[in-house]
Amino acid sequence: MRDAVAAVALPVAALLAALALFGLFVWLGGASPVETWVLLFKGAFGDWFSWQNTLQRAAPLMLTALCVALPARAGLVIIGGEGALVLGGLAAAALPYAMPLPGSIVGTALVCLAGMAAGAAWIALAGALRQYRGVNETISSLLLAYTAIAIFKQLVEGPLRDPATLNKPSTRALAEGLRIGGIAGYDVHWGLALGVLACVGLGLWLALTARGFSVRVVGGNPRTAQLVGLPASRLILLACALGGACAGLAGAVEVAAVHTNANASLIAGYGYAGILVAFIARQNPFAIIPVAILFGGFGAAGSLLQRRLGLPDASVQVLQGIAFVLILASEALRDLDWRAVWQRPRLPSGTVEAQVALAGKAA
Amino acid sequence: MPADALIPFLAAIVGGALRVGVPFLFVSLGECLTEKSGRINLGLEGVLVLSACAAFGGSYLSGSPWIGVLFAACTGAALALLHGVLCSLPRVNDVATGIALMLLGTGLAFYLGKPLIQPQAAQLPPVALGGWSDSPVVQAALQINPLLPLGLLLAAALYAGFARTRWGLLVRLAGDSASATKALGYSVNAIRIAATSAGGAVAGLGGASLTLFYPGSWNEGISSGQGLIAVALVIFARWSPLRCVGAALLFGGAGAIGPALQSIGISQGYYLFSAVPYVLTLVILVISCRPGKVAAGSPGELSSAR
Repeated sequence: MRDAVAAVALPVAALLAALALFGLFVWLGGASPVETWVLLFKGAFGDWFSWQNTLQRAAPLMLTALCVALPARAGLVIIGGEGALVLGGLAAAALPYAMPLPGSIVGTALVCLAGMAAGAAWIALAGALRQYRGVNETISSLLLAYTAIAIFKQLVEGPLRDPATLNKPSTRALAEGLRIGGIAGYDVHWGLALGVLACVGLGLWLALTARGFSVRVVGGNPRTAQLVGLPASRLILLACALGGACAGLAGAVEVAAVHTNANASLIAGYGYAGILVAFIARQNPFAIIPVAILFGGFGAAGSLLQRRLGLPDASVQVLQGIAFVLILASEALRDLDWRAVWQRPRLPSGTVEAQVALAGKAA
Repeated sequence: MPADALIPFLAAIVGGALRVGVPFLFVSLGECLTEKSGRINLGLEGVLVLSACAAFGGSYLSGSPWIGVLFAACTGAALALLHGVLCSLPRVNDVATGIALMLLGTGLAFYLGKPLIQPQAAQLPPVALGGWSDSPVVQAALQINPLLPLGLLLAAALYAGFARTRWGLLVRLAGDSASATKALGYSVNAIRIAATSAGGAVAGLGGASLTLFYPGSWNEGISSGQGLIAVALVIFARWSPLRCVGAALLFGGAGAIGPALQSIGISQGYYLFSAVPYVLTLVILVISCRPGKVAAGSPGELSSAR
């Protein structure tokens, strides 16, 4: 119970501290901190319009966060989700070039599956390099992400380019029937439902199924996994492929629901932001949902801050950076014995006896 | 390729390697110093961008590019110090902290650097080494960044320092065995914080060379991920400061292949050539790594090398 309280209270306290620091930061720049806070809230969660903007940004964050969280539960630190997202988007946009697709939900599903397959292959490659060649997966996934972005740009500006797009090289737009529409006519698209579904589904999979449990054993204690004869390599590859599929799906959804074609706007940093979300959610798929909504909200509030207060558009990035730093630092307080902290000031300080008493308490 | 296009092509590659390689050199030396002490700093990307902004601002406000360089080194050291201190807290992951600082550093740079996008700042004066040739292309290619000699000196100094000095030995000790360091009565955290911070200062010089020499202006796309690639460069150089020089120039040269081909009229595969450094690093990792073994020459305490 205490652990559960600490797990929620510490990040929330860190977040409040980050908001306070951000207020101080904009105050130094001459803006009103109170107005900034109000606008942040309004821009993120103030009305239905803001909520739509927030949720639309939260959808890809949930999926890219899963690309970090699932491998992390199997003991791997993968930070190349951006590559899987970009390739997923590319595969989704490229599928109609390769084969005729029915303009129905089947076609949309095929487009999404293409994205998932591309993402899964890319992250599984990082996992395979680590399992079979001993290459560190953090580094290799990062290198693979840069390679993926280069492949993306090469294909989008080369063979896959729609000649009609002059200023902004793009692929041909997906046919109307293949796109992902809004939920009940709103701006929030079905990608959000896919994101929530993926978080809940994979969270349940990790928590309840034998396979999910095996993945957690491999990640939590490789020695035990070896002793009981779990197929560690296969489980790690599975976790990587599932995570990569989520990031690839994020790319496919961004293409099918937001951009309608693959272009450079797809490389928007959702992959890196997903790392933040996953770490703040402590690699727990269920916790990813609220954290992704919160960070989506920060992103949504950015343009309002820019319009109303004239703050640079990077101000949200500063807030996210401060928040992430403080939330990570708050981890250090988790094991602190709070009672000892409260009692310490009451001891007479400076004397040898007091120091001995303190040392005795610490031991 | 026609013969008369060969010299401009080679000049473009060498010139590109020397221009583009300098920021690579500084970030890789900074990362090398950090990793030798047993910690990885993925936040060097943030350090690079923020110090690039500080260098430009310093040069713009003071009128002297060298003040800008000093600003950059101090800014880099300050942000890396934050990384070092955060990672010294219990249960704080150095990979995640690095990503956080990357975000914070670039965010701060874009925020504070907004008014600096338009103006011009005083640039570092180039050192002309091409006087022996009468070809203007060669002369242009050998306009050397004045920070390059400094970087070469620094690489040699780091190499000698790691091998010969007490400080260098302490950094390597902290990187190879935390328990041995403790047993000898030194603070592992203090050594790592100092090394991380010094590494940030070195990486800051890379930022200065971005905004004060090449490309020589401040904008939000100033870095193309050099700070993150530094991590790969150091592995490529197997944690040796001298090999960092070669690796940085090689990466600079590989990155220059695309533009060099473009300069002689071949524009196909531009982006694929820009990916050559990453693929090269990956291939080298695949060849040099063995399952269950740490990478050759890596510090024993480094989490990313296991």
